[in-house]
Amino acid sequence: MMMNSTSIVYLIALPLAGAVILLLAGRRSDKWGHLLATALCASSFFVGLYQLSLMFNRPSQERPVSQKLFEWISVGTFKIDAGLLLDQLSICFVLLITGVGTLIHIYSISYMAHDPHRRRFFAFLNLFIAAMLLLVLGDSYLNLYVGWEGVGLASYLLIGFWNEKPAYATASKKAFVMNRIGDMGLSFAIMIAFATMGTVSFIGVQAAVEQTSTPVLTGIGIMLLVAAIGKSAQFPLQAWLGDAMAGPTPVSALIHAATMVTAGVYLITRSNFIFDAAPTAQLLVVIVGAITLMFGALIGTAKDDIKKALAASTMSQIGYMILCAGLGPVGYAFAIMHLLTHGFFKAGMFLGAGSVMHGMNDEVNMRKYGALRKAMPITFVTFGLGYLAILGIPPFAGFYSKDMIIETAFNAGGSKGIILGIVTLLGAGITAFYMTRVMILTFTGTPRWDEKAQPHESPWLMWLPMAVLAIGSATSGYLLSSNDSLVKWLSPLFESHEEHHELLPPIIVSALALVMVAIGVAIAFLKYSRREIDAVAPKNVSIFTRIAREDLMQDRLNEAVFMRPGQELTKTLVKTDAVIIDGAVRAVGRLTIATGLSLRRVQNGFVRSYAAFILMGALAMIVAIWVVVQ
Amino acid sequence: MNEVALQVGQTAAPEALLFWILAPLTLIAALGMLLVKKAVHSAILMAFVMIALAIFYIAQGAPFLGIVQIVVYTGAVMMLFLFILMLVGVDSSDSLTETIRGLRPIAITAAVGFGGLMVSLLSRATLGRSAVGVEAANSDGNVEGIAQLLFSTYVWPFEVVSALLITAALGAMVLAHHHRIQERPTQRQLSIDRFRKDSLATAAGLPAPGVFARHNAVDVPALLPDGSPAPASINASLKARGDVLDSSRFELGTVDTSADEEK
Amino acid sequence: MDAANYLYLSALLFTIGAVGVVVRRNAIVVFMCIELMLNAANLSFVTFSRINGDLNGQVVAFFTMVVAACEVVVGLAIIVTIYRSRRSASVDDASLLRR
Repeated sequence: MMMNSTSIVYLIALPLAGAVILLLAGRRSDKWGHLLATALCASSFFVGLYQLSLMFNRPSQERPVSQKLFEWISVGTFKIDAGLLLDQLSICFVLLITGVGTLIHIYSISYMAHDPHRRRFFAFLNLFIAAMLLLVLGDSYLNLYVGWEGVGLASYLLIGFWNEKPAYATASKKAFVMNRIGDMGLSFAIMIAFATMGTVSFIGVQAAVEQTSTPVLTGIGIMLLVAAIGKSAQFPLQAWLGDAMAGPTPVSALIHAATMVTAGVYLITRSNFIFDAAPTAQLLVVIVGAITLMFGALIGTAKDDIKKALAASTMSQIGYMILCAGLGPVGYAFAIMHLLTHGFFKAGMFLGAGSVMHGMNDEVNMRKYGALRKAMPITFVTFGLGYLAILGIPPFAGFYSKDMIIETAFNAGGSKGIILGIVTLLGAGITAFYMTRVMILTFTGTPRWDEKAQPHESPWLMWLPMAVLAIGSATSGYLLSSNDSLVKWLSPLFESHEEHHELLPPIIVSALALVMVAIGVAIAFLKYSRREIDAVAPKNVSIFTRIAREDLMQDRLNEAVFMRPGQELTKTLVKTDAVIIDGAVRAVGRLTIATGLSLRRVQNGFVRSYAAFILMGALAMIVAIWVVVQ
Repeated sequence: MNEVALQVGQTAAPEALLFWILAPLTLIAALGMLLVKKAVHSAILMAFVMIALAIFYIAQGAPFLGIVQIVVYTGAVMMLFLFILMLVGVDSSDSLTETIRGLRPIAITAAVGFGGLMVSLLSRATLGRSAVGVEAANSDGNVEGIAQLLFSTYVWPFEVVSALLITAALGAMVLAHHHRIQERPTQRQLSIDRFRKDSLATAAGLPAPGVFARHNAVDVPALLPDGSPAPASINASLKARGDVLDSSRFELGTVDTSADEEK
Repeated sequence: MDAANYLYLSALLFTIGAVGVVVRRNAIVVFMCIELMLNAANLSFVTFSRINGDLNGQVVAFFTMVVAACEVVVGLAIIVTIYRSRRSASVDDASLLRR
């Protein structure tokens, strides 16, 4: 039996209280709202640290703790408690969310200092933290679902934070609608699980997997995958992530790089017992991961918008994680490790991008940057550490986590292993190419600034979180993988059956990866460093570049395949509704009115005509009697 | 009285004679109620119908009811009707022209159908035996028989009805209670009004009917010094009722002064 | 003589009363017509009493008279009240519920 704890709820309650207070207090909290929100987020982080220390002091089988909050739904045999579960997996997420979250809160104090709605921004940030924590702490799929929807809402609110610009409002709507598809998948998965297993709690489902037939498990697995695809911007639902960059940069760093978009990875890892028993679903996971990996990387090569380039990179990196999570028990821990290191370096790089934008009058086009190294030394260094980490240069974080993934991919066995290995290697190379491109365009070369631009370093409140994250980018990989600490930490959760068919020894994989990275960097240098870069994106480019600039035609495809037919269908339905259904309803209404109008004449207010009606009634009765007697 | 009634009931021929004379008259009177224009005339015809019904009651061996009918209806109720008629006076409601379209044909058709079918049904109904007659029940006297029933079988309804009577009396009092909205004008106020109000024309009081007239009846207007009639001299309710004699008959012609001139 | 003749008379009187209620506008005449209908019913009661040979019908007729008297009292009071506020005894004028 799992140990009970009474303090898990504070993890969620603190940021939630912040959101509630800030939203209810309104303008009165404008002066101190951001401080309160940051303090609450930080205190949630410390609660997380305290929980971690408690966990360390217990033997590994007793580490998970749970807390029952209240009886949520009780209908007949259908009973669901609102309960929390804190185990080795959740605590990783809790610390990532609250830790990175706190840093980004601090960063935002300065970044949003001149925004009139800063308090609202912090309220939404706190709301997001609370929802994300609920997502990773829920002890059943239904509780997870609440958090899942909560982060969707917070993401929607924050992407559209500057909703006075129609394009931003549209971007938030797009993100929300595309997420909805994933949410449908999750709700279907929950329904199937309940219909076949009679329970939706993680423990219950895990226990019931053995008695459940494989097709059902495959169905649940695919639906869970759909959910993960929607939330983590995987192929084919990835189109929203680029537009989501409309939100303030700290939001991009927190939600669309470090935490929310990785919820899909969490979902798949959390449901490992289902995917392990459903090989088809697992294979689909791998395929989706591999496609997205390449997809994101290719988009990243053509983007001039620094945030969109980073978003494409995020998409690609999550593709790595999904792929790895799809590789079964050997992959889960590495997926989580890459998730954590990615949380550090990608958040750090986003904050760096925010810092650059801060210094460049909110310019996002990298072709208008250049030579910012001298103007923003701290940003350059922190961004550069993140860059080294994502490339996988030893000893930075990415080296450990990404190499593990490539290695695991090669070791998946058979032709699958070879294909996946090549894809991941290629991805690493392309990643190196586009990230080098970002570095070159932004920090080196000659200035291509606007006349008004006055590049300057950001205040300490902004560079401090960047520095912390940069340190994390540099060291987290080593810390997590030395002595296999994370793998061992997580191992009680996953069935580990060691079946190593090593295709290539680790050292060769690392070498191959480094070679690929070197090639990518070299190409980027050749292409961008040796000649002048146009301040305006050139038009006469190859068809491939054009396609990549258009997000590999994803929006057009969506528009042609789903949106237009959908619009036509809606129009037809509206017309049907207006003519047939409304027509019928209105006809009933008109008939009633007409009947009423004609009957109203009877109610003329004259007593004598009422008396006449009584007389006619009496006549009718007499007639009836007469007929009966007849 | 009792004996008379019994005799009437027992001997068929005198009762039939009575019925065939009185029943048509009753029907005519009832129809007249509908057709005459003035409510007072309706009331008189109503009184006739009541008395006729009282006679029928007595003829059918119900002398107590007959007497009660005369006392209650022709005595109390009709008196009340006439009193209210006097109070309310006459107005346009006495007109017989129908104002609600289509009501009269409907009413008459329905009534003819109703009456016709009732009569047709009655003519078809059979008791299967001849009428028993109340002679046996009245053997101790009609009043005694009714009293017997009223104070045994019907004692509870009797008590309830007494409560109803009291309630009705109270209700009538409540309804008729007039709540004065304005202060009752004092003598002083009245005489101020008389001189200070709209005109001085009536300051000396309205002309009395019959003054300067050749006729001193209350329904004849007074004649003004120039010989024309004075409408103000007639009571308003008499005028409304139309009970005003044409005064032109009594007007003085042009005064012939030729004889005086000759002298 | 057949006692049923009284019933025919009663039916006709009742019908006349009913028509009167519908066609006459003066509230007092309408009221008299209602009284006529009640009296027609009373005549039927007395006749049935005779046909059946017991006095129950007469007793009922007696009660009817009492109720009719009450009704007249209250009804006339209502007419007076309406007349006082509307200066009219026409049942058509008291049609405030219209519209």
